[in-house]
Amino acid sequence: MTSLPKPSSETRLGLVIDLDICVGCHACVVNCKEWNTGGYGNSLSDQNPYGADVSGAWLNRIHTFEILPEGGEVIGEEGEARVVHFPKSCLHCQDAPCVTVCPTGASYKRADDGIVLVDEEKCIGCGLCAWSCPYGAREMDVAAGVMKKCTLCIDRIYNETFEEVDRVPACVRTCPAKARHFGDLGDPQSAVSKLVAERDGMDLMPEQGTRPVNKYLPPRKRTPLAASADTLVAENTGDATGFFAWLDGMLEKI
Amino acid sequence: MHPAASIIFFTTISGLGYGLAAILGLGVLDASAISTRIAHVAALAMIASGLLSSLAHLGNPQRAFRAFTQWRSSWLSREGVMAVATFVPLCAGAWLSIFEGDYVMWIGVSGTLLSLTTVYCTSMIYASLKSIHAWNTPLTPAAYLAFAAAGGLALACLFAAFAGGLSRPLLVAAIVALVGAGVVKIAWRNRMMNERPVSTPESATGLGMIGKVRLLERPHLTDNYLTREMGFKVARKHAAKLATISMLLGVLLPVVLFAALLLMNPSPAVAIALSLLAFLSHAIGVVTERWLFFAEARHAVMNYYGG
Amino acid sequence: MDSEPQIELSQEVSDEVRKTTCYMCACRCGINVHLKNTEAGQQKIRYIEGNRDHPVNRGVLCAKGSAGIMQHYAPARLKAPMLRVGPRGSGEFKEISWEEALTIATEWLGKVRQTDPKKLAFFTGRDQSQSLTGYWAQQFGTPNYAAHGGFCSVNMAAAGIMTIGGAFWEFGAPDWERTKLFILFGVAEDHDSNPLKLGISKVKQNGARFISVNPVRTGYSAVADNWIGIRPGTDALLILSVVHELLAARKIDVDYLKRYTNAAWLVIDAPKAADHGLFARDGDGKPLVYDTVTETVIAAGTKGVRGAMNGRFELADGRFAVPSFQLLAEKYLDESYAPDAVSGRCGVSAETIRGLAAEIARVAFDEEIFVDQPWTDMHGENHAGYRGRPVSFHAMRGISAHSNGFETARALHILQVLIGSIDCPGGFRFEPPYPKPVENHPRPHGLPEHIGPNQPLAGPHLGFPLGPEDLLIDADGAPCRLDKAFSWDAPISAHGLMHMAIPNAHAGDPYPVDVMFLYMANMAWNSSMNTAGVVDMLEDKDDETGDYKIPKIIYSDAYWSEMVSYADLVLPDTTYLERHDCISMLDRPIAEPDCINDAIRWPVVEPDRDVRGFQSVVLDLGARLKLPGFVDDEGAALYKDYADYIVSHERRPGIGPLSGFRGPDGDKQGRGEPNPDQLERYKENGAFNSVHISMEAQFFKHANAAYHEFAIKMGFFDKPAPVTFQLYNETLQKFRLSAEGVLKPHAPESHRGQILTAFHPLPEWYQPFEEAAVDQELYPYHAITQRPAAMYHSWGSMNAWLRQIHTKNVLYVPGKICEKAGLKTGDWAWVTSHHGRIKVEVARTDAVNEDTMWTWNAVGKRAGAWALDAKAPEAQKGFLLNHLIKELLPPKGDGMRWTNSDPVTGQAAWYDLRVSIEKAEPAEQSWPHLPKTAKPEGLPAELRYGQEWD
Repeated sequence: MTSLPKPSSETRLGLVIDLDICVGCHACVVNCKEWNTGGYGNSLSDQNPYGADVSGAWLNRIHTFEILPEGGEVIGEEGEARVVHFPKSCLHCQDAPCVTVCPTGASYKRADDGIVLVDEEKCIGCGLCAWSCPYGAREMDVAAGVMKKCTLCIDRIYNETFEEVDRVPACVRTCPAKARHFGDLGDPQSAVSKLVAERDGMDLMPEQGTRPVNKYLPPRKRTPLAASADTLVAENTGDATGFFAWLDGMLEKI
Repeated sequence: MHPAASIIFFTTISGLGYGLAAILGLGVLDASAISTRIAHVAALAMIASGLLSSLAHLGNPQRAFRAFTQWRSSWLSREGVMAVATFVPLCAGAWLSIFEGDYVMWIGVSGTLLSLTTVYCTSMIYASLKSIHAWNTPLTPAAYLAFAAAGGLALACLFAAFAGGLSRPLLVAAIVALVGAGVVKIAWRNRMMNERPVSTPESATGLGMIGKVRLLERPHLTDNYLTREMGFKVARKHAAKLATISMLLGVLLPVVLFAALLLMNPSPAVAIALSLLAFLSHAIGVVTERWLFFAEARHAVMNYYGG
Repeated sequence: MDSEPQIELSQEVSDEVRKTTCYMCACRCGINVHLKNTEAGQQKIRYIEGNRDHPVNRGVLCAKGSAGIMQHYAPARLKAPMLRVGPRGSGEFKEISWEEALTIATEWLGKVRQTDPKKLAFFTGRDQSQSLTGYWAQQFGTPNYAAHGGFCSVNMAAAGIMTIGGAFWEFGAPDWERTKLFILFGVAEDHDSNPLKLGISKVKQNGARFISVNPVRTGYSAVADNWIGIRPGTDALLILSVVHELLAARKIDVDYLKRYTNAAWLVIDAPKAADHGLFARDGDGKPLVYDTVTETVIAAGTKGVRGAMNGRFELADGRFAVPSFQLLAEKYLDESYAPDAVSGRCGVSAETIRGLAAEIARVAFDEEIFVDQPWTDMHGENHAGYRGRPVSFHAMRGISAHSNGFETARALHILQVLIGSIDCPGGFRFEPPYPKPVENHPRPHGLPEHIGPNQPLAGPHLGFPLGPEDLLIDADGAPCRLDKAFSWDAPISAHGLMHMAIPNAHAGDPYPVDVMFLYMANMAWNSSMNTAGVVDMLEDKDDETGDYKIPKIIYSDAYWSEMVSYADLVLPDTTYLERHDCISMLDRPIAEPDCINDAIRWPVVEPDRDVRGFQSVVLDLGARLKLPGFVDDEGAALYKDYADYIVSHERRPGIGPLSGFRGPDGDKQGRGEPNPDQLERYKENGAFNSVHISMEAQFFKHANAAYHEFAIKMGFFDKPAPVTFQLYNETLQKFRLSAEGVLKPHAPESHRGQILTAFHPLPEWYQPFEEAAVDQELYPYHAITQRPAAMYHSWGSMNAWLRQIHTKNVLYVPGKICEKAGLKTGDWAWVTSHHGRIKVEVARTDAVNEDTMWTWNAVGKRAGAWALDAKAPEAQKGFLLNHLIKELLPPKGDGMRWTNSDPVTGQAAWYDLRVSIEKAEPAEQSWPHLPKTAKPEGLPAELRYGQEWD
């Protein structure tokens, strides 16, 4: 089981996250927690929920980065640092190290759709899968002693009690900025694959050799406002006479 | 990486245990000597207590039996399987020594090979993790094996001293192993200090084309499982000091002591005393080395946490 | 190889879904609350998601809304009515019954009403039932009522309504579908939370350009195509410089100006006269224009008139007048508004300002759009379609919370009008019941003759004065209201000045009060400037009597906020999932530009504590006090509870709190008799009602005949109420004339300078007051707060999930300042203002205006409050900037107490703060650290929410 399965289909379900649109509102983070604490497997517990050292298990978190335009392409207003909000959850890697390191077979990759899951009944909570993941996609639930991770809302996406439109992960459904897309990245004709192709979707840490399914769309290129500065033809405004002459002309025409 | 006491204890004590077992398996100690019998018990006790302590860090230790199933892919599973398998020749060898005062070479040597294989499996758990660049090198298993051998030989010297049979070849072997362990470890650490980790905040975010990436705000402001487990940070100066201590105590002092024994013709009491001192020094050095092995290793996930 | 585990993929989420309206912030999204039984048979909330059918959020839900479960079950919930037994601030109370609590409140309030009703100050915080609370206060008879708009964003509301008859806030929205250039001023998380995110996403996906003007580059600014990191308080300079460029380049919509604005209205040019600068009017009070066809001065709006927009014309009385637009053009064409002249003060390069103006002009005029939809204007003229100038704007408190914010907001609206982008396709669109002319808003009430024992106030408290004659001042010119709203201090304080209520009551200036009644307003913490000072005022006792200077405080809230410990009587409110509410067209509606919406909340779960919805309590108190409108002729209560009120109350015949499903059969919209079944019909419909506005009525609502017909049918007004955009504002000129001593009532000498600085018929930038008052060498930097998207003011720290995101706040300091002060991330620093100082943890940032440091708003908490462990990071390291911000300006030496507010509207000038910073010793605790208030008990060590369904 722990060995990566031979995919039974080309289907590779995953997320495409648009860094050009994410405003870092944490909606996906909290909705994920809310859905999954009552969903698949054990709850996502919180320790010291009202105390000093509060912490809990979350399957999706948003980091905020500041990017200084050193040695890179300067985008926007020259010389200014930018902020990028960066949501991160399991990338459902094709070569998922978290699966192969698991000693018990609890961690597995589904052959049909490529979703990486933890069978919590088998998990001994050794934590090695979390060590093996360069992305920090796995978090131990301290209360249950088992590893938790993004299930791509497997209890939503195939749920026949849902309307078709709702069969998407909770984070995708709730995202107010529509920065998250769900689909089959194994199908080059799918909407998500096309989006990735159009926008140069990228892998995180390709050097780790994990071949993530989830893709990130980089911020779009920007043009400084100053580039338009000279396009507004200003007339001689030494006094307002010229302006009023123009105005009279305009009023005549109306 | 968080230097968890249970794991440090496990790798140190089981490394010493397997090292001793490996030397015992070679039959270099007098199988009928009381101290050799004790050595067998000690090796098994160290291995067993190490394995037990490793269970302590599991979330669900009652399911540990499941860890034997995935030997095809998982070094942790292989370690478990090998650990159990190793008990067979080790127990047999111990039985022979303790109750028969005997040594059977094929049993002993298979114990040696399996012990070293188990240590190798343990080391590969770490060495196979690409996410932790410091560990992801053949030098990691080399260091684990070298330290197991050095520790095992140091202990063997001690038990031989008790038996009054501390031979020059054994001392030479111990010195060579210790120096070897030191050399491998220095190489390991040099690599860690000098090699740029394969992943950076820029590659982790894919945003390198915009510029230099720096964390502005953590996702959640208090620590979480990931930052507790992988965000451990030790001050550079502090680490350098500890690294020196680990080399001084783990390698240099034992080498000096064993060399002294080699050069003099010690009384049994002096031999025991110096061997004991050499072993204790080595053990403290190894604990320090193991603490640093975790504490200094930087996990790729910290690229997301500004660490 | 083992086989994969079998997973149950199609489990029902819940046993029942109840649809209601979110209240995790003021956005008011539709939510589906999933309820599921536990094995023990207890019904619990399984999941809350956005309602796809809801016009506000269309299915999405933010972090706050998604954390509703933790809000609902938070240990900080109040459990029963309480009477204070320890000193104020100690948090020592005894629980009492509702009957006891209401008896005490009735006695306190009754005594005030029988003697001097103005001795009650009734202020509500993030109240969404102002139509009820205001009505109650009016029937009680006190003039001292307001909600929190005064410290929130009244500048936006007042400037908008006085200029275009509507405002940004949540009363209008960009045409997200069609806009090609969207410019956002001073908005972090704000009104409207989810619609803004949906909209920005739409704009970006459509390939339109998005520009954010904000000193801080997080949140929305982070995804903007262009970020203009302006220096706080200088937005008006930037905007008017853009106006300058547009005028100079002739990029204005003259036809639009002629049709929809007062550009042609003649302004009297008679210096020193009492009507200088006012509009020339005919005998009926109609403004006059100069008709270029007949070459006569005639009333504006006369059919066929072609009003001159420049020139100098003789009036019938022989005096001269000029079209207001001439004054506007002359003013802003002046080189003092040129980009090069303002660039330094704004911290924005002249090229960027010119580029901004150029892009606005290009998109407005070169990318004009046309929507084929015949429509008819108020003059009966038919149009083939709607011409759109697809440049849209949105702004909120970033530009508003300054002492010059009113002028800034007005400048922005004038820019919108000049390019013809108000309520056109692709522009800013009104959300009904707006637009509404300022004249149709009430005048404020509260004059001595409006007040008397046992009698209601003569009219509504709040409104818009049209000149100094409408001020609430007594014969000596002294303020009538406790907060000094509508006095010379803040003549057009349309939302009151809640931030002055406690300081003024404590000082007895203009008079002391006996009872202070507050709802959902955390005045002992983040909702007050000078927090520690306000806490002292609440604790301060009269030396002679030993009584508190503010003798009785009644407070209602659902959670143990910092304010609870300062109440003498606590009336515990429910959570938002346990209550009835109406999001009413009479209040703060949730209409969209293309549909009229209102909504309800209803108890989707029953309270498990002895708590009551505040509105039901207000109705009960009204009945016990026998207030007119709350009891019948026999003195019996008119309304059983708030649900009953929502359904059966009629403000005008046929007009009630809810506009949908009216009439006996529930088939009437807008107007209709009360329908006893109304709430059920709302519930069936997803807790909201939506009425589509026909395309023929959707644009140019200020002048669209079909819209006005529709609005009358819906009951927004009884006769057509078109709006003429006021580029030139006469009301403000009247105040100038008062200050010049030529128009009665004359402004007192003390206030003349301030009025002449701040009141201009055409908006002007002036230096924010704190900046002008302090030595800029001593306080060289700005410090501002931003609202985090995942936490709404103080409504989040009791929430186990949200607090993990913002467990503490740090001060983000620009790199340049860090280098100067030797600061790096993780250091501690002293931040000092003219008023006080704080010690806080800092972090470096470079994505910010170089003179501006910032932090998240209201994450810091007082130890012991909100049922958090006293050692919680919120209380240990979190902090408030409020300690640095005084409710009064530094003394000017004139013996006056000048409030730290916009002098026109009274808007609290939060963002005027000036500071210095220096490195401090490392610390574990921020300073000031107020003593612990209350002692939370029985906090769980672990939460495993949802484990019951595993």
